[in-house]
Amino acid sequence: MSAHGGDPLFDPPGGDGQGWQSVSPRLATMRRVVLAPVLAVLAAVAAGVVLLVADATWAAVVVGGFVALYALAWVWIGRNRRAWGYTERERDLLVRRGIAWRSLVVVPYGRLQFVDVTSGPLERAFGLATVQLHTAAAATDARIPGLPPEEAARLRDRLAALGEVHTAGL
Amino acid sequence: MSASGPERGDRPVGEPPGGEPPAGGRPAGEPPVGGPPAPQPPGGEPPAPPVHPVDPWAPPAAPPPSPAPPYPWPPPAPAGSGPPPYPPPYPPRGTAPHPPAGPPPYPPPGAAPHPPPYPAGPPPRATGAPPRSGATGDVPGGLRRLHPMSPVLRGWRALLAIVVIALPQAAGSATAGDGPGGLGLLLLVVVPFAVAYGFLSWWFTGYQLEPTALRVDSGILFRQSRRVRLDRLQAVDVVQPLLGRALGLAELRLEVVGGGRTEAPLAYLTLAEAGALRARMLAGAAGLSEETPEAPERRLLEVPAGRLLASSLLSAPLILGVVALPVLLGVALALAPSAAEAVSFVAVLAPAVLAIVAPIWRQFVANYGFTLAESPDGLRIRRGLLETRAQTVPPGRIQAVRLVEPWVWRRTTGWAAVQVDVAGYGSPQEEAASSATLLPVAPRAEAVALLRRVLPGSDLEAVALAGVPRRARLLDPFAWRVIGAGWSERWFVSRRGWLNRYTDVMPLERAQSVRATQGPLQRALGLATVWLDTTPGPVTVAAPHRDQAEAAAMVHRLSDLARRAREVAVPDRWMAGRPRGDAPGEHGDPGGEAPPRPDAAGEAPPRPDAG
Repeated sequence: MSAHGGDPLFDPPGGDGQGWQSVSPRLATMRRVVLAPVLAVLAAVAAGVVLLVADATWAAVVVGGFVALYALAWVWIGRNRRAWGYTERERDLLVRRGIAWRSLVVVPYGRLQFVDVTSGPLERAFGLATVQLHTAAAATDARIPGLPPEEAARLRDRLAALGEVHTAGL
Repeated sequence: MSASGPERGDRPVGEPPGGEPPAGGRPAGEPPVGGPPAPQPPGGEPPAPPVHPVDPWAPPAAPPPSPAPPYPWPPPAPAGSGPPPYPPPYPPRGTAPHPPAGPPPYPPPGAAPHPPPYPAGPPPRATGAPPRSGATGDVPGGLRRLHPMSPVLRGWRALLAIVVIALPQAAGSATAGDGPGGLGLLLLVVVPFAVAYGFLSWWFTGYQLEPTALRVDSGILFRQSRRVRLDRLQAVDVVQPLLGRALGLAELRLEVVGGGRTEAPLAYLTLAEAGALRARMLAGAAGLSEETPEAPERRLLEVPAGRLLASSLLSAPLILGVVALPVLLGVALALAPSAAEAVSFVAVLAPAVLAIVAPIWRQFVANYGFTLAESPDGLRIRRGLLETRAQTVPPGRIQAVRLVEPWVWRRTTGWAAVQVDVAGYGSPQEEAASSATLLPVAPRAEAVALLRRVLPGSDLEAVALAGVPRRARLLDPFAWRVIGAGWSERWFVSRRGWLNRYTDVMPLERAQSVRATQGPLQRALGLATVWLDTTPGPVTVAAPHRDQAEAAAMVHRLSDLARRAREVAVPDRWMAGRPRGDAPGEHGDPGGEAPPRPDAAGEAPPRPDAG
C-alpha cells in the first residue's frame, strides 16, 4: 500500500506495526475529476491550433498525447495520494508527503499554536476536509489533505486537547 | 463610598437589591454561605445618575483600590476559603444597571473578574487608592495618551512634502492670475483633513499598563482595544528617529509572536516615559512586581566605529564594484565615439553604484555605536547614528543564533557577525534582519564568546560536527567540505556555506518541529536534508545532504532530545519560580497545583467597593 515501503527515512519509527494512516482515496478521485476538464480544454485548444496549420492526423496525435498525459497523471495522482500519511504518537504527530520531493515532519503536540480545518466547495462535494497544523515556525509544513470530515474533526479535537496538555512556550 | 456601603454589605444574602425579585429568579446567583457576601449588581433604579458619563470604553475595573491589582487575564484559581464568587457579569433582565443612554459597556475579552457596573456607587475615581502614576485621566477611562507631538512627528514628512512641492506651485498659479487652481483647492481640503485626522487619532489613542497586559485603545470610528500579554513579550524596542531625538521623544515597540509586524507600537512617548514603561513591562514579563526598579546592566561589548566602517568596506559587493567600475569606465571611454556618450554611459551605471552602496550605508548607519549589555532583564542593544534604537531581548527569547563569516572577512581580518532569531522580529526583511543583529562585527573569538554567553551552557567546540558523504559534492560542489552537523543533549550545531560561512547554534528545546526532506536528486544519491524549524528570522537551521539512513535516525533522535530539553527549559517568566504561571498543568508539571501568582499570591481579588 505504501508508496515507499521499506524506506527507513519515511517509515514511522518504533516498528509498532501501526504504520501510517493514509488519506481518503476520494482525494485521488477528486484530483482526477478536476484534472479531466482542464486537460480536455487544453487538448481542444491545442488540437484547434494544430488543425490550422496541419491536417486532422496531427490533431489526433495531439489529442492522443493529452490522453496519455492524463493516464500518466492518473497513476501519479494515485501514487501521490498513497504517499500522504500521518501517525499520531504519544508526544508528537508525524506527517509525510510527496514522491519526487518527499518530506517528513515531526510536530510535537506542545508546539501547536492552532489547528485549521478547511473544506472548500470541491472538497465538500467529495466529502473531504484538510487539517493544517500551525506552529510558531512558518516552515513547519504539516498539512493533511483528503480527510473525511469526521476524521478531520476528530483529529482537530484530539490535537487541540493534546496541545493543551503538552503546551510549552516558544 | 457611604452610599454603597450599607446597601451592598449589610443586606441579607440572597435578597435582591431594590426589593423587586426579577422574573428570572436569583437563587442560582446566590453567593455560597461562608464567604463574604458578593457585591451585588445594584438593581432597580440607580439612586443617583453617575457623575461621570459612562464611557463604553471605560476599563472594566476602577484603578486598583488595593496594592494587589486584579488579574484580569487568567481567571483566578478558586482558593479554598477564598474570594467571593463574582456576580454574574450582567444583572438579570429587568434591572437596569446601566444608564439608558449609549451602547452597553463593551465587555473586554478575557476580563473574567467583571466587577459590577458603577452607577449605584460614587464614581470609580473616588473609591480607592490614588490612581496609578500613569492614570492622569487623559482618555476617558484612565488611559494615558501619547505625547501631543506624536501626530506632528508622524506626519511631518508628508506636510513638508506638501509645503515644499505643492505650495510653490499653487502659489505660482495663484500669482499668475489663474486663481488658486485645482491643486490649491486640493490643498485646502487635504491639509485640514490630514491635520484633523492626525489630531483625532492622537486624541482617541490611549494606553495603560495592566498587571499582566498592556492595553492599547485606538481608532476614531472603528474603536480597537488591544491587550498585549506581558508574559508573551518577546522583545521591547525603544526607537528614536532623528527628529524624535531633537524633541526627546521615542517610540516603544512590543514584539510578540504572530503577525508579521510590530504589535501595538506606542509612538511617541517622552524618552523617560518610554524607559519607565519598558522597565515596568519587563518586570511584569519576568513575573516580578512592576514596582521593581530597572535592572542593572553590565556592558558586554562595543563595536568601534572604525571597525564597523572597515567591515562595511570589506564586503564582497563593494570590492567587486570597486574593481569592476574602473574597468567598465575604461571600456566605456575607449569604445564611446564621443565624451558625451561616455558620460551618458556613466549615468546609466549610477543606479548600480547606488544599489551597492546604499545597503552598506544603511547597515553602517543602523549599527553605528553598537553596544551590547547584559542584565537580568535580558540583552540590551543600543545602536544607530541618526535613528537610535535600544532593544531589549529577555532571556530565553533567543530561538537560534548564527555566526556569519563572509568570505572577505575570513580571508583578511578574521571577523565574524552574530545574528539571532527572536520570535516577533519576524520575517527576514532588511529592518527585521538588522533588528536581529546581535553583533555586527567582531573578532571571531569574541563572537564565539558572545554566542556562549547568550546561550548559556552551549559550547561550540564541544559539539563535534560530522561531515557529509563524498557523493554530496555532486549536489554542492563547493560547500560540501564545509557542511557539518552535530548535536549534544541540548544543542544542535550546523555549519554550511561556501562564500558566507554560517555556523548555526540552536537550543534543542526551541525547535518547533523537525523535518526531513528529499528531492529527486538527493534520492538518487541516497541523501536527505534534516531541518529544525525555528520562528521566522534570519537563521534557518538545517543539516543538508545527510546520508538517508543517518537522516532517518537524526529526525527521531533530535525530536526525542528536543522533547526532553523542553521539559527542563527556562520558563517564559524567567524570574518566577515555575514555568509560566498562567495556566495550571502546563509543561506536565508533577506538582501542578494552582499556579502561584508572582505578585498577588494568596490574595483575594480585590472587591471593587472594598474600603
